[in-house]
Amino acid sequence: MAPRGQNVGIDGPEQLERALRSAFYLADDGLATAAYLALALGKPLLLEGAPGVGKTEAAKAISGVLARRLIRLQCYEGIDAATALYEWNYPRQMLAIRQAGDQPIDIYRDEFLIERPMLAALRSPQEAVLLIDEIDRSDHEFEAFLLEFLSDFQISIPERGTLRAHERPVVILTSNRTRELHEALRRRCVYHWIDYPDAEREARIVMMRASSVAESTARAVVAAVGKLRREPLTKPPGVAEAVDWAEAATLLHARGARWPDAFKRAIGVALKDEEDLTYVSGRLDSILAEAAA
Amino acid sequence: MSILPRAARPFVTFPALLRANGFAVAPEQTTAFIEAIGLLGPKSMADIRRAAHATLAPPPERRPAFDALFGAHFLGEMEMGDQLAAPEDETVRVQEERARGAEPLLSDEVNEAGQDATTAEALSARRFGEESDFEILRRFARAAPARMPRRPGYRHMRARRGTSFDTRRTLREAVRNDGDVMQLRRLKRRPRQRRVLLLIDVSGSMKERTETHLRIAHALAHAVERIEVFTFGTRLTRVTRAMRLKHRAQALAATATIVSDWDGGTRIGDALRAFLAVPRFAGYSRGAAVIVLSDGLERGDPSAMRNAVTRLSRLAWRVSWLTPLAADPNFTPQTEGLKAILPLVDDLADGSSVRAVCDHVLNLQESQFRMSAA
Repeated sequence: MAPRGQNVGIDGPEQLERALRSAFYLADDGLATAAYLALALGKPLLLEGAPGVGKTEAAKAISGVLARRLIRLQCYEGIDAATALYEWNYPRQMLAIRQAGDQPIDIYRDEFLIERPMLAALRSPQEAVLLIDEIDRSDHEFEAFLLEFLSDFQISIPERGTLRAHERPVVILTSNRTRELHEALRRRCVYHWIDYPDAEREARIVMMRASSVAESTARAVVAAVGKLRREPLTKPPGVAEAVDWAEAATLLHARGARWPDAFKRAIGVALKDEEDLTYVSGRLDSILAEAAA
Repeated sequence: MSILPRAARPFVTFPALLRANGFAVAPEQTTAFIEAIGLLGPKSMADIRRAAHATLAPPPERRPAFDALFGAHFLGEMEMGDQLAAPEDETVRVQEERARGAEPLLSDEVNEAGQDATTAEALSARRFGEESDFEILRRFARAAPARMPRRPGYRHMRARRGTSFDTRRTLREAVRNDGDVMQLRRLKRRPRQRRVLLLIDVSGSMKERTETHLRIAHALAHAVERIEVFTFGTRLTRVTRAMRLKHRAQALAATATIVSDWDGGTRIGDALRAFLAVPRFAGYSRGAAVIVLSDGLERGDPSAMRNAVTRLSRLAWRVSWLTPLAADPNFTPQTEGLKAILPLVDDLADGSSVRAVCDHVLNLQESQFRMSAA
């Protein structure tokens, strides 16, 4: 078993929060605590939340803070070990056998092994953060297969035997909650539910991400986005959409558009679904007027 | 427990309290919880609360209940009743089944003498009549697994005539034959059953048929994989979990308690919109065989219904709208709602009897082939 806990040089959630802020990510107390505990306990971090609340961004920021490479494994329905773990380079093996002729040859050497994200993270745990993105898109078989990896950090390659990490790699899982994850998976992880940030923090996020945006614009956008999220929309605007909207409106304003009009004309970056647009179109003026007030 | 220091005891008893209240907490999570508290100081109660959230991982929809238990255990607060009660409002709301809410109904114990009242008795707010169409349903359940619509999956299986090569197996055999490939092995995509999504209208106008429809849903839920069942009227309720209960009477009783808009009005458009607004639910309809059991008598705005069905038909593989009104072969839709959705759904068919509904479900795959051949 790989030794637990990591010497990542971070002392407490407050310090991690400061470090994340310098990596341009504003984490709330809950997220900073969960991330710190995951690092200190050597457990994977499972982040769940609605699309667009910054789960993947959080993983990127954490890898930035640790100064490690981010290895991303995007999950999809039907993902299997060959895409996630390793694959043998069959054509090369075949050629090598041909070439060798009568000589004995080991076709299971490293040069014939194609490294996939999970194996890569296992082989260099100190240099990488493994992000298993949108785990809810994969199917149950893959989730069950992940369990072995996440509890023992080892991989069995039948031709080579068991590979074990000499140190626990940092693993971050994200899920949009399109389906219920298995209890056993949640149990092995440190868990955090990322909610939409409150208005105050979201305004700060907008200003930090888009430096050209004035404070009043950021606040108005955040208030409007907050109202839109309470409507039954197909795709409620996420944090990234709020940033884009503020930036787009600022740009239009600089080109001479008047204020409420600039917001209205830039709505396309916040709402990206035709039916959502028709649904709110009637009330958009009043929403914007209230938000700007 | 006696080997633990006195101060650590509340932290060990808290997970036990959670378990008693239906949260799943594993021993390793308790260990992680205590380690986490040690790591955090703890400097304040907030640290302990955050450690509890991170390590004991309550599902987000049960967070208020979790926080109430936390308060009661560590702070001595007694305000559980307020926190657990849901606010009432007029808009179409989505009801999520509580993770363990239906648990007492799982009990197989029957109290013959009736001395102690059982939970199952108290919960059956709505009673269902005697068995009918029993034989049809049984045959339906037996035939369903083989006849559900399928699509090629993303996983492969060995096949004599496959579309792609099984390089791994071919190479292994080549190694045995001194590197000579004697036979190219092949793979094909393993067929996978499409998800089935049943949307059952429980409003007043469908009162006569609701029970039958739930029986069909129950039979189907046990016969096939990947099925989701929702009811709608003025609200949208997910009843998949209740439908998974094995005994039909228990499943129907559980459904009766979860659904709170029996025999009310219908706001199909709003209910479907609420369904599509939850990404997790909308995901159920992606590539699925969607079967709506409703008469399409919309009390609200027909345009809302049209918009929602448009979106649904784009997400789904096939939308079948089974209405009891279509029993007559000369049926043409008269209501504004049904006329609006006619061009959007793949089938508008007879849903007046168990046999009609069952036959339609069993023939989904074939009718698809017929359509594409024509």
